[in-house]
Amino acid sequence: MWEYTEKLKEHFFNPRNVGEIEDPDGVGEVGSLACGDALKLTFRLDETGRITDAKFKTFGCASAIATSSVLTEMIKGKTIDEAAKVTNKDIADYLGGLPEQKMHCSVMGREALEAAIENYRTGGRKKHELEGKVVCTCFGVTEKEIARVITENNLITVEEVTNYCKAGGGCGGCKGEIEKIIEKVQGEKIKEKLKAAPAKGRKLKNIQKIQLIQQTINEQIRPALRAHGGNIELIDVEGNKVIVAFRGMCAQCRLTEFTMKDVVEARLKEFVCDELFVEEDSDSTQQPHNHRG
Amino acid sequence: MKTIYFDNNATTKVAEEVLEEMRPLFCELYGNPSSMHTFGGQMSRKIRQAREQVAGLLGCEASEIIFTSGGTESDNTAIKGTLAAVPDKRKIITTRVEHPAVLTVCRELENNGYIVVELAVDKEGQLDLAELENEIDDDTALVTIMYANNETGVIFPIEKIAELVSSKGVVFHTDAVQAIGKIALNLSKSHIDLLSLSAHKVQGPKGVGALYVRKGTRLSPFMLGGHQEGGRRAGTENVPGIVGLGKACELAAKNMEEDNRRVKYLRDKLENAILQKCPDSILNGDKENRLPNTSNISFEYIEGEAILLMLDKYGICASSGSACTSGSLEPSHVLRAMGVPFTAAHGSIRFSLSRYNTEEEVDYTIEKIPPIINRLRELSPFVANK
Repeated sequence: MWEYTEKLKEHFFNPRNVGEIEDPDGVGEVGSLACGDALKLTFRLDETGRITDAKFKTFGCASAIATSSVLTEMIKGKTIDEAAKVTNKDIADYLGGLPEQKMHCSVMGREALEAAIENYRTGGRKKHELEGKVVCTCFGVTEKEIARVITENNLITVEEVTNYCKAGGGCGGCKGEIEKIIEKVQGEKIKEKLKAAPAKGRKLKNIQKIQLIQQTINEQIRPALRAHGGNIELIDVEGNKVIVAFRGMCAQCRLTEFTMKDVVEARLKEFVCDELFVEEDSDSTQQPHNHRG
Repeated sequence: MKTIYFDNNATTKVAEEVLEEMRPLFCELYGNPSSMHTFGGQMSRKIRQAREQVAGLLGCEASEIIFTSGGTESDNTAIKGTLAAVPDKRKIITTRVEHPAVLTVCRELENNGYIVVELAVDKEGQLDLAELENEIDDDTALVTIMYANNETGVIFPIEKIAELVSSKGVVFHTDAVQAIGKIALNLSKSHIDLLSLSAHKVQGPKGVGALYVRKGTRLSPFMLGGHQEGGRRAGTENVPGIVGLGKACELAAKNMEEDNRRVKYLRDKLENAILQKCPDSILNGDKENRLPNTSNISFEYIEGEAILLMLDKYGICASSGSACTSGSLEPSHVLRAMGVPFTAAHGSIRFSLSRYNTEEEVDYTIEKIPPIINRLRELSPFVANK
């Protein structure tokens, strides 16, 4: 069971400002049913430009509902510029803290607020959209968003990033990429911590190379394929040729837009050595559902 | 506030009769069964009796029972012990809806070079036996398929599956943790080679279980370091736990039929009332082939953890397949494998009853649930948009 603060529980059982404002000055909608939580925030301004009313509707767990409730309380009476300064940490602090794994609820609150402010500033025209490259396809989290939670909350591990914005919490296929974003944002600070990925760049003995290939497939490739109903098996290694077989791919797999081989090969080059190239096992290429070419 | 416990697939209350049997084994009869003195040696008799009680429930011989620390250890032992005994075979067949004690072990083995096939289930949560038959080949070392699902209560046709697997000369293991005490077994007439069970799901204590190993089944020991359990599971026996498991099995054998009838009546009453009173609620899993105590219901457009907390306020204990309750970010792998849409998977609630539940508790819960569901739907942005 989660350790929720009394304040959080109080807001969950007695949420304030539930509903939708008709003809609002700003609307922010974030999240989705698929992601497991979603928040619609509406607000109205008075003549002086202060938020006089704010309402929410939330689909989600107790902390998502409580977070939304306190968010509406926090922004009432603020000007748009003041409201724009509210961070996810402010929201979590207001509740007396959130369990680490629920920090993403506070981030969702801040995102909804930002979306609503953006919607207001563009005269109600602009709806919230994802900006930039999507890193986590399971939860639709962009590189920009990941970099932002890292900076604002001083995060240094992938697990923390997952707790704060869900990225990496689905199939796990983007964890390598998240590590790189952490490294880019935090720089020298975490150089020591990043030894989880297989070391590269030294001359490998055959047996080491094969083990590293298997490890890379296990950790960097299979989780992503599995999440989309597929799988991969290492058949053999001949010199720099890596022979693999794809299993159980489904037609609606979101990764079809990539060539699977390129994904596999790219990861192997990245984590093992640049000379590697990948071929599909001739037995499995005869099956109709593979993703060749 | 009174606790209304509808979470018996998670764990159960220890029966008073079980506790009574265990009580003297802590401070009075605390000897080690391996000792040469009478004080310790008399414990062997207790263990022998417990072994017979477990065998009595399963319909097998006492010598076919190994005591373990629980369902998870039994599953680990069955899977890894079988593979170690047939080193020339590399393939394992299981299902997508197994308990993590099986699924995680298989996926770890896959990382070590084994080929793992996870059979799909249909929207009722049932398997396609033709697919299973297709997958069994000369390279297959083990088929491991659960007896009944912990989340939905769906029962697989295990006797039929065991017969099929055994006709191909492959070892068959079943995780029967949820089936024990609810489904009558006669393993002497079955083709099951290995079967896992746990005490705390049948009114026994936590931390003890058993693995049935059919005579003649090759199994490498998983725990080393002692001669206990005929060298098949080392470590000083958990005597109070084993005695508790024995008594729990004896009670289960005696009460099963009557309990099943009563529990099913209560479950059906609860389930029918909820489905009827709450719009957009859906029953998950095969309605017919199902444990008599389990009901898994999805409430669309709302989230499970929020429902559980509201129920908790009234002392009602249940569980959910939502992402938020597990600490992971995705909803139940069982419901996803069944193709339950996200609108419903996040709002799934499992009620699992036991012989200790009363009709009064069911009526109280039936009264409390609809307002909770309505309240959360008022908060949901997806309901207004409909």
